[in-house]
Amino acid sequence: MNASNTASLSRRGFLKSAALLGGAMVIGFNAGGALAISTGSAPAEAVGFNPFVKIGPDGTVTVVVKHFEMGQGTSTGLTTLVAEEMNVPWEQMAVEFSPSDEKYKNLAFGGQGTGGSTAMANSYLQYRQAGAAARDMLIRAAAAEWKVEAADVTIENGQLVSGDKTASIGAFVEQAGMLEPAAEPVLKDAASFTLIGKDKLPRKDSMAKTTGKAMFAMDVTVPNMVYVTILRSPLFGGTLKSFEVGGAAEVNGFVDARALPDNSGVAVYAESTWAAIKARRSVTADWDNAAADTRGSAEMLSEYTEKLSAAPTYDVTGKGDLTEMEEAAKAASRSVSADFHFPLLAHAPMEPLNCVIEPTAEGGVRVHDGCQFPMITHPTVAAITQLPPEKVEIITYYAGGSFGRRANAQSDYHAQAAMAFVALGGEKAVKLVWTREDDLAGGFYRPMFAQRAHIGIGDDGKVSAWSQHTVAQSIFKGGPMESFVVHDGVDHSSVEGVVDTPYQLPMALGLTDYESPMPVLWWRSVGHSQSGYTMEVLMDMAAEAAGQDPVDFRLAHLDEEDENQARLAGVLKLAAEKAGWDGKQVDGKGRGVAVHKSFDTYVAQVMDVSLDAEGAISIDKVVCAVDCGVAVNPDVIRAQMEGAIGYGLGAVMRNEITLKDGIVEQGNFPDYEPLRISDMPVVDVHIVPSDKAPSGVGEPGLPPAGPALANAIHAATGKRITSLPMTSAGISFA
Amino acid sequence: MSITLKINGETREIDADADTPLLWVIRDELNLTGTKFGCGVASCGACTVHLNGKPQRSCVFPIGAVGENEITTIEKVDTPEAKAVQTAWQELDVVQCGYCQSGQIMSAIGLLSDNAKPSDEEIDTFMHGNACRCATYHRIRAAIHRASDILEA
Repeated sequence: MNASNTASLSRRGFLKSAALLGGAMVIGFNAGGALAISTGSAPAEAVGFNPFVKIGPDGTVTVVVKHFEMGQGTSTGLTTLVAEEMNVPWEQMAVEFSPSDEKYKNLAFGGQGTGGSTAMANSYLQYRQAGAAARDMLIRAAAAEWKVEAADVTIENGQLVSGDKTASIGAFVEQAGMLEPAAEPVLKDAASFTLIGKDKLPRKDSMAKTTGKAMFAMDVTVPNMVYVTILRSPLFGGTLKSFEVGGAAEVNGFVDARALPDNSGVAVYAESTWAAIKARRSVTADWDNAAADTRGSAEMLSEYTEKLSAAPTYDVTGKGDLTEMEEAAKAASRSVSADFHFPLLAHAPMEPLNCVIEPTAEGGVRVHDGCQFPMITHPTVAAITQLPPEKVEIITYYAGGSFGRRANAQSDYHAQAAMAFVALGGEKAVKLVWTREDDLAGGFYRPMFAQRAHIGIGDDGKVSAWSQHTVAQSIFKGGPMESFVVHDGVDHSSVEGVVDTPYQLPMALGLTDYESPMPVLWWRSVGHSQSGYTMEVLMDMAAEAAGQDPVDFRLAHLDEEDENQARLAGVLKLAAEKAGWDGKQVDGKGRGVAVHKSFDTYVAQVMDVSLDAEGAISIDKVVCAVDCGVAVNPDVIRAQMEGAIGYGLGAVMRNEITLKDGIVEQGNFPDYEPLRISDMPVVDVHIVPSDKAPSGVGEPGLPPAGPALANAIHAATGKRITSLPMTSAGISFA
Repeated sequence: MSITLKINGETREIDADADTPLLWVIRDELNLTGTKFGCGVASCGACTVHLNGKPQRSCVFPIGAVGENEITTIEKVDTPEAKAVQTAWQELDVVQCGYCQSGQIMSAIGLLSDNAKPSDEEIDTFMHGNACRCATYHRIRAAIHRASDILEA
């Protein structure tokens, strides 16, 4: 924490301020310093700045949030940082989403976007600095007016105070806006925090989201707008040859149907969402499927298995000992071997994908979207509409979930909307709406994975050899972020969660890619969602083979002299203690444990299940311990643990996308049954107090949930589940 | 065809085919966007409104079948149960993405209107059709108990 307080501002960009915008004071960063992070150049003064904090004459402080809100709590979190530094009451704080602009880039990405559980981690200093700069300038303005030393002025509860003088911060915005910001505004010391770490700070989006007033892109209407649905090829890689409007023309409200410019589908335009959905049912199309993928899930699985049995393409651990390690594992007196299979998964956010594109009076376009990756969407829309980037504007709304789906290298649904906009002539606004069927069959799935592991246990009861081969379709190869994630052919996301495990294990890891034209994508916690499962089921199997308690066995592979390993051990011990772990199992019940580090956050879970008379499983309770560094908003952290556990459990229990002859077999939620309230266990979250830099919480709660459940089911039934979903592996849930 | 709709205490004339789902009339014609589209097959509950005070999935309810029944949406629901549920939801910060929550709240109001003191099992049974992909279920249960306490006080 103290190290953070003194971090040089020059690394983060220079603060600017102005008394502009209708009497409000605005504080922000210019692009010079910020751009230097990614490019090392760019003239500072040429680009101006965009506000991070606006202070109105009424004292309202508006935080301009650069990350979109998909439920993860970022609008509350970043606002907390500014309120903390400014000593402004929570009720006086307002939130708005930033426009699409380089100056709002994610410092972890080098472009504007939300993902990888980075929002708090990359904003923690930046937003505090903006708040601290505002506090300092308001204090200096008041000191000058009151003819006192700045050191004798404070902001308390939103009021400037010095001796018997008080004034609202709003009264000084004009004077403060004329001052130069401090080069390095002094951040508050952690000991004086009143909001950061406060156990319960009301979410900024609660009121709007409980009264129906919260605006999602789905709720946007603009003048002169038509609704559009897209008829796509049922096969991935199929292209449009021709189409017939047919009976669609008879549907009330039908406007037109046009081929998309890239022949990826037919855009069906109508005067209402319903008419667009209904009309599409009557449009027929002829597809060129020469380049399409017609493989079914069964063929894919057998291809994965074949690759699993062949030598890996890549030696991930790079020691040239893949064969030796496998042989050593098999030759050990006690050993474990297992194959793991992971199905394709859809994200299925509650809000089906949609966005609005409208022409602007200035000859550009305005995109209305719950926009996760402006850095991709903005240039994508500009390219399709053949506009310079400065003619494209993105307005960001609340997003009805994402789990990774809204961000991808192609900006697929924005591209589709832009093509539909262009195909209709560019005069009318279009609102693209996907149905749930479009979503579930729309690709961009979590890739199928297969893994084979051989583990040997040494005479000391510890792992003596760990050999693992992963077959996976790469998410990052061929995309714009390839160079960040793929090194020497190895897509790190295919092996993360194993290759970077904090456990002390003698490992040899191999990787083989699987090729398909079907687009795949990161899904909440990315590779950790598969490899975390494999790791933690295997650790349980290894503990069993070694005849040891699962918690003790894991701890025996962690050296607590090392901070990274100590933090993993710390959450494991905390969860075990809070759950009353004693290594004993009870008839008719089962208790399992798993612990995993992802996105710099450590999470352990102890899961309790029970069996009914028919052998069906109920998930009763999860005790979760999390170490995410400084806990900025503890209640948001608890909510993210609860939610990630639920999202992870639903998927491992019963979700899979399957293909027959290349066609997705799942239509709507009844075929891809989401976790229901009756499935949801009681969740008890414990947060490790920490002064380490804050890390993310949106994803890390997920990886341990699946294996903790699998290990609990094993404890209850003796069954090891190495092929998901569990319902396809013969497990039934009550 | 022209259809008369009683909604949120008003009478509205709508021009729509009789088979149009109530959801799309509420959203696209009346611009009451608090009621959400999630699946279109009554499988997720995001579209839940009240028909004479009872929860109804509007995405599969044809406008032609509404007749004299009174529709209430999240924007205007204001019974004591509604106020208690919304207060409890806010106190416990149930929401995450929030997209399903109008439907969750409309269902929870329906539950408490029938059963002032539901057990966990009764909550699970009644709320089973309301999906939340953020899995806020743990807090939904707690908030329904809290709303029940508010109503009792």
